[in-house]
Amino acid sequence: MTRATLAILFVFGLVAPFAIYPTFLMKVLCFGLFACAFNLLLGFIGLLSFGHAAFLGVSGYVCGMMMRDVGVTPELGIISGTLAAGLLGWLFGVLAIRRTGIYFAMITLALAQMVFFLVLQVRATGGEDGFQGVPRGHLLGVIDLSSNMAMYYLVYAVFCFGFFVVHRTIHSPFGQILKAIRENEARAISLGYDVSRFKLVAFVISAALAGMAGATKTLVFQLASLTDVHWHMSGEVVLMTLLGGLGTIFGPLVGSALVVTLESELSDKVGSWVSVIMGAIFVLCVLTLRRGIVGEFKALLKRVGVS
Amino acid sequence: MEILGMPTAVLASQLLVGLINGSFYAVLSLGLAIIFGLLNIINFAHGAMYMMGAFVAWIALTKFGISYWGALVIAPVLVGAFGVAIERILLRRLYKLDHLYGLLLTFGLALIVEGVFRDQFGISGQSYEVPEALAGGIPLGFMFLPTYRAWVVVAALTVCFGTWFMIEKTKLGAYLRAGTENPQIVQALGINVPVLITLTYGFGVALAAFAGVLAAPVFQVSPVMGSNLLIVVFAVVVIGGMGSILGSIFTGLGLGVIEGLTKVVYPEGSSIVVFVVMVIVLFIRPAGLFGRS
Amino acid sequence: MKAKKIAAGMVALLAMSGLAQAQISDSVVKIGVLTDLSGQYSDLAGHGSVLATKMAIEDFVAAEKPAFKIEMVTADHLNKADIASAKAREWFEREGVDTVSDVVTTPVALAVMKVAKDKNRLVLGTAPAASSITNENCNDVTIHYGYDTYALANGTAKAVTQQGGKSWFFLTADYAFGHTVEKDASAVVTAQGGKVLGNARHPFPGSDFSSFLLKAQASGAQVIGLANAGADMANSIKQAAEFGITPTQSLAGLLIFISDVHSLGLKNTQGMYLTTGFYWDRNDETRAWSKRFFEQQKKMPTMIHAAQYSAVYQYLKAVKATGTDDTQKVMAQMKKTPINDFFAWGGKIRDDGRMVHDMYLVQVKKPSESKYPWDYYTIKATIPGDEAFQSLADSRCPLIKK
Repeated sequence: MTRATLAILFVFGLVAPFAIYPTFLMKVLCFGLFACAFNLLLGFIGLLSFGHAAFLGVSGYVCGMMMRDVGVTPELGIISGTLAAGLLGWLFGVLAIRRTGIYFAMITLALAQMVFFLVLQVRATGGEDGFQGVPRGHLLGVIDLSSNMAMYYLVYAVFCFGFFVVHRTIHSPFGQILKAIRENEARAISLGYDVSRFKLVAFVISAALAGMAGATKTLVFQLASLTDVHWHMSGEVVLMTLLGGLGTIFGPLVGSALVVTLESELSDKVGSWVSVIMGAIFVLCVLTLRRGIVGEFKALLKRVGVS
Repeated sequence: MEILGMPTAVLASQLLVGLINGSFYAVLSLGLAIIFGLLNIINFAHGAMYMMGAFVAWIALTKFGISYWGALVIAPVLVGAFGVAIERILLRRLYKLDHLYGLLLTFGLALIVEGVFRDQFGISGQSYEVPEALAGGIPLGFMFLPTYRAWVVVAALTVCFGTWFMIEKTKLGAYLRAGTENPQIVQALGINVPVLITLTYGFGVALAAFAGVLAAPVFQVSPVMGSNLLIVVFAVVVIGGMGSILGSIFTGLGLGVIEGLTKVVYPEGSSIVVFVVMVIVLFIRPAGLFGRS
Repeated sequence: MKAKKIAAGMVALLAMSGLAQAQISDSVVKIGVLTDLSGQYSDLAGHGSVLATKMAIEDFVAAEKPAFKIEMVTADHLNKADIASAKAREWFEREGVDTVSDVVTTPVALAVMKVAKDKNRLVLGTAPAASSITNENCNDVTIHYGYDTYALANGTAKAVTQQGGKSWFFLTADYAFGHTVEKDASAVVTAQGGKVLGNARHPFPGSDFSSFLLKAQASGAQVIGLANAGADMANSIKQAAEFGITPTQSLAGLLIFISDVHSLGLKNTQGMYLTTGFYWDRNDETRAWSKRFFEQQKKMPTMIHAAQYSAVYQYLKAVKATGTDDTQKVMAQMKKTPINDFFAWGGKIRDDGRMVHDMYLVQVKKPSESKYPWDYYTIKATIPGDEAFQSLADSRCPLIKK
């Protein structure tokens, strides 16, 4: 990915809300960041977490509580949500990181189910009514976020920051070691790397970023709900990442844009067929587009000799 | 006499109820374990197949007048055939790939099947009556045991151990086990491994449909009945040890009982206890209770 | 200087928008139906609500010949509060939707109410259940039409207790909705001189309720109150019959729709008492309307569908009467106009947004008593609106000044 493309995309993000409905964009960016965080694990280390909804959701609730009940400013709300998710990620990581493959997926799922249970049981979260009425507040106590434009640029900034973190992680020496672990874990161990430790750090980064997405989402929609911690959400992020392109930089964002669009467009037109269509996309994707949209596109470019 | 702060009669009835639920878990997780053992596919569509089994029974009764006993045979055959088609057309392409893709493909399938049934039959579900011969109940003194539930336990256990026997003690089973260990050699011996695999998937799915028919008179027959159950059954399979036949049977029964007891002591927690057990088990025995790592 | 100019411009804009609001904005009245088209609640709300809205609009246009255009938009919120909130926001901001209706499930309703309050648009909540919508969560842009948990629990619990069901055990879905219903019903039981012997809280959603039912059986209570809904309730009823509980102990469903009775069958539900805001076979008017509904939907309407029709019709009438779609003016008009249609006779909308009307205590017929399809209920009593719903004096709604 060249600097020029990045720059063009960056500018596109800046002007997009003038052409496209900002709330929609914000949703895409939040889920995009969530998928990027997830992709860091699955795409670059090969760890399938089936419990990422826990980080998205818990952070959303923490941010909501800080904003509504403690009355902090939005940036502190996001930071506290992110920290909470990071902490939870560390806890999950310590328990799960030594397992691989399907066992790793199942342990993360089990832990996430426990989080779901806690969220449902604890009074403060509002149970199935959700945590409602979160104010958007004033950024740094100054900028009023109730305007969609102001809110958009905050979301955009958060997304860019998260994206940058993922990008830096992948392209750092640390990221190289992660890739080495994915390719051949035994060799990485024999080279003297403490593989578990690397995985754990990556897991915590991924969880924290997922949390950042969740906290931001709570600000945008002014609520946190059980949907965010439900295992369906963990499944949805797999779909987004896979659809966009596993292990590609922009894949998760493209995937999330597609899923969010489908969800909002289809639901009005096809009613109960929406899950059939989503299912069909899943199947088609696994059968024919295993590299995802971005992945296939890149392969196509390579074949015709560009880049 | 009291145990855990409750009369033994109550405890005994709860244990029995737990065992009944455990029978459902056992049949479902057995199917999953067989499929995973031979195909290396985590069959996310298992819940949908279970639901289809129940619906086939309901349709057979209301549209064609076929009794429960007929459905007990027809549903597994039909759904099994559907499974065979799926394996032939779709799953076949994924064997060389990571587990992940099989899981995702079957997840997509589950969404499709569920969506179609939802559109056709609505969400509230349909009622399926307990067959005449099994109506009523047996007063056990400490509780009133519905005859049908007793039948569920007997039928489920018979099928489970029959399956176990077939796989562990017969020639066909030996081929199956060998096929998983080393497909090339078995193929060289003149056995058609792909057909073996197809049939295995069909059989695993048929087990799910069988459980679905068993469940139809107990639960409301609804398009979402499978997806609610599925992740619990997954947990059962993992606790038992992925791919282990006996593991899945015993763990299914055991967890049914544990869940039943939780419902008495701390009812709110009964939805979570399976996952707590799973984390503990995997912490102590990474490959599950009966698994080989 | 510049700031002043902008300010002046904004004042002018505001004045203009004020003028515009005296009429119908963009000369179209847009009604949004935000419902569950595919999930758990699609039978009791869902497509039926869309159809009811369509019927209301057509009937209104035919009868009242309004000078304005009426449009309907629909969306499936997939039972997710965040999707509902985003959709409502989009409708208000981009599509000029004037009112959002149906909003089935309480979480969805609460989320939409918050957005509607911000944007000053109307919510016609015909489908959500929680009585908190007109209590601590109430606001001045929401009308809760049709029914609520209080009215249902209150009606059923009172009638059953009065008829001798003095000892109760609650089977409660372990979430906010179940807790509320249990609390409301317990209060009534105790007030009527009954006793609550215990409760069992089951996870939501559950599938096997036999453990909990055995507990209820062991308690020896005369009545088992079902503080759950949908599939959970259906399975509880089915399994209660299976374990031989129902002949000796009776069940009282606290949130049952006719769609539930239909799917469970009379055999499983016979003899149960329940409270409803609407029954299609009550009189000639309800039959006439319901048969029209049935022709298209192939199912008889639930109380949500009937309420949806009524609410939309009342809303359009208010728009016509005031000549504007301005939320506060329409709301004021609706609150002062009594509702007299096939759904409700002498209904009124209170200051807390609660639409109060008569409710009906019904008993489910035995299979032998049912003479034709959907002949399910015998109406046992009409509960006057003021008795059925929570009184304003007990309201926790901040809009109500005491």
